Amino acid sequence: MPDLVKMTIDGAEVNVQAGATVAAAILMSRSGFRRSVHGELRGPVCGMGICFECRATVDGQPQQRTCQLHCKDGMVVNTDE
Amino acid sequence: MNVGTYDCIVVGSGIVGAACAASFAKDGMQVALIDSLGAGLLATAAGMGHIVVMDDSPAQFLLTKYSQNLWLSLSDRLPPTAEFQKCGTLWVAADSEERSEVERKHALYQDHDVSTQILSKNELAVLEPELRQELEGALLVQSDAVLYAPIAAQCLTLDAASHGAVIIDSEVISIGQGVVNLRDGRILQSQRIVNAAGERSPQLTPGLPVKKRKGHLAITDRYPGFLRHQVVELGYLKSAHTLSADSVAFNVQPRITGQVLIGSSRQFDTTSEVDHAILGRMLARAVEYMPRLASCSIIRTWTGHRAATPDKLPLIGPWPGDETIFLATGHEGLGITTSLATAELLSAFFSGQTTEIPIEPYLPARLGEGCHA
Amino acid sequence: MSKGIELDCDVLVVGAGPAGIAACVSAAESGARVILIDDNPKPGGQIWRASIQYPANPKSHVNDAASWLRRLQACSARQLLSTRAVACLSEKCVLAENENGSIEIAFRHAILATGARELLLPFPGWTLPNVFAPGGLQALVKSGLPVHGKRVLVAGTGPLLLAVAAFLKSKGARIEGIYDQASWRRIIPFAMTLIKRPTLLVSALVYRASLFSSPLRYGWWPVSASGEDALRLVTLTNGIQTKTIACDMLACGFHLIPNTELQSAFACKLVEGKALVDEWQKTSVNGVFSVGESAGVGGLDLALIEGQIAGFAATGKEASARPLFPKRDALRKIAAAMDRAFAPRPELRDLVQKDTIVCRCEDVPWGKLRQHHSMRHARIYTRCGMGPCQGRVCGAALNFLTGWESGAKRPPIYPVQLSTLIREPQATPKEKP
Repeated sequence: MPDLVKMTIDGAEVNVQAGATVAAAILMSRSGFRRSVHGELRGPVCGMGICFECRATVDGQPQQRTCQLHCKDGMVVNTDE
Repeated sequence: MNVGTYDCIVVGSGIVGAACAASFAKDGMQVALIDSLGAGLLATAAGMGHIVVMDDSPAQFLLTKYSQNLWLSLSDRLPPTAEFQKCGTLWVAADSEERSEVERKHALYQDHDVSTQILSKNELAVLEPELRQELEGALLVQSDAVLYAPIAAQCLTLDAASHGAVIIDSEVISIGQGVVNLRDGRILQSQRIVNAAGERSPQLTPGLPVKKRKGHLAITDRYPGFLRHQVVELGYLKSAHTLSADSVAFNVQPRITGQVLIGSSRQFDTTSEVDHAILGRMLARAVEYMPRLASCSIIRTWTGHRAATPDKLPLIGPWPGDETIFLATGHEGLGITTSLATAELLSAFFSGQTTEIPIEPYLPARLGEGCHA
Repeated sequence: MSKGIELDCDVLVVGAGPAGIAACVSAAESGARVILIDDNPKPGGQIWRASIQYPANPKSHVNDAASWLRRLQACSARQLLSTRAVACLSEKCVLAENENGSIEIAFRHAILATGARELLLPFPGWTLPNVFAPGGLQALVKSGLPVHGKRVLVAGTGPLLLAVAAFLKSKGARIEGIYDQASWRRIIPFAMTLIKRPTLLVSALVYRASLFSSPLRYGWWPVSASGEDALRLVTLTNGIQTKTIACDMLACGFHLIPNTELQSAFACKLVEGKALVDEWQKTSVNGVFSVGESAGVGGLDLALIEGQIAGFAATGKEASARPLFPKRDALRKIAAAMDRAFAPRPELRDLVQKDTIVCRCEDVPWGKLRQHHSMRHARIYTRCGMGPCQGRVCGAALNFLTGWESGAKRPPIYPVQLSTLIREPQATPKEKP
């Protein structure tokens, strides 16, 4: 069994495989991450830190690109949903 | 190739030129407004876009106050994209010396019917919780505002056009003796040529005592609620920016997007590249006042050039070297604020009416004979 | 806010994909002091990105990867991973950042191996959640996203489509079809040029074979995607017929474009969106090289060759570089053929509607952009490109739609933590009159 890390996404506790990115972890439960400036729901696109569509608040820090962050034990993630 | 004679030709559609063209056109003049870039794309787009009452000198105070009132009455007619926001300015005091400056400034503004409020240390902390705790209070100038200036310049240009002004998309290569020569070969004629070319104005009117004063700005990602007022350190005038050497001062603005716009720096430097040394100093200064800015994300940094005069007042009125040339330039860091008043002063001057405030302190002739070729 | 670290080297290599690794290894094995930086936590770039469930496959083309990664680990180069170049402090110094703070790296030569990104073109619905770039979806799956049983439609153009479709299928996805906008008329001549490089042709055929149950169509492109809060349907056309396909995910990209932000920051001359280089991979700026996709999209083999040439040239080993020229020239011919085969067709310019968002960061629709006549005007008057992606997505799309050049870039190269830009915090004593 691969190692698991425990984290919180939008208030729900989830177990995620160690080494996964936060974007992948969020995508398991929802496809929209953020509301655009005019309120449209958006999710990750480029997977490599370029498009900035996968932003969410991670450990209190807003506007983090979740495709560039690896899941860590105890991490708290909040999307715009 | 002569293509026209106008009552007035305005060179440069930055915020000042656009305001002039709109004002003159409304007076019924046949106006041509010339710019090869488009409205508000140079210093107007590069600056912070503040509409502030400043008291560096009595003349500066009168001009900024007069112009701010003009902006406040115009604001209802600006589109939402102009991002006009009457956020007020907080002049923050870092020590007891600056605290006494709060009192002085308060008394002066009150005497001239500018509404201000003295804030204690605690009141300041409530209004702007991200400011560092050890500050000694602040003066709130309620009427100060910010806006996105290129859109305002665009609106003023459209306003001019709707009153019959001709907008000409071409580069001006020379002006003088009632003639304006364009890069495309066209020649325009007028007995009133207004040089509103800002940082480029001395190229068109040699001898003009206007120098480029470079500034840096940085803007963050969107952090709604992080900042609510424009905040400026009180040391802004008395120390950093009065020196001729390179200087930085703390000046931040909330944008309607939730972004924080961070200034400011001053350098006599004609290059346009970002100077990382002074940018770093400017940002360090901002972090001294707002520690949590340090972890905010900076999306973009850029530079612009202010058109600076030796006495820090703009040049508004006839140019002694050529009776067909009039100046509306040299506004340094206050071009957005004072653009509307500049236009009104010149317009009253042209029509022979009494100006709302005395024009004398801004007349180019004040700088003496030696200042022109 | 401690003062950042300062480092010094003979050769700085930016980007640890194949081109950067080859440059790094070649320079380090020549005896130079080399620093290699990359914003990913592991070397390999996008193409050699390891999957978290399945570590690097020791077989197939990954052979290349294994041997280069071994040489990288064995060489003397210092690797700074999860570290991103954010600004040029001078012609000989780069500012970088990682989670520990800022790093200034001074160098004699810089080799920029900044790779490529996928070209994304706007069409109605392209902003819906579950519309991905093909390589983007692949990267997300490699980093833990399960796609088992998902219905995935693959569209756009380029050799990546087949590779991604085969990869997704191997992870249990149901590939609803692969629709490449390139016509057979363009694909066949390209396939003919590959006869000289049979390995590429064979890998394409292997991918195709693995996807035997999914339709593969050339000359088809997406016209719209729809769904409430996420993708449900995609409509495609070949210019005559249209068809609508239900799917859970759309992977859609229009081949690759070079990443040249760092090259621009150095003021390197760009031509047609790529860094202009001479035979040694030198750019127009003294001491700065550009290799791999950033000097023109050409794939893995070309990247490895260009990386080696620059690595040798930067360390005075021109004699070792020269023998690689013929192979590079041959691979560049294939790259040029590939560019022709997969060039986006003009019909793709007609997909955007008035209300189609072009700038995703600032939500600027096409209707507000088309009245302007340059990127600068569009930026200033509409906020297009002023968001955190700094115009990386909309700038490239608008270049295709309108021909606008994105123009001068302002630092930082990437959004950066403010404290990284503060380099001498002690240098601001409070000035008193």
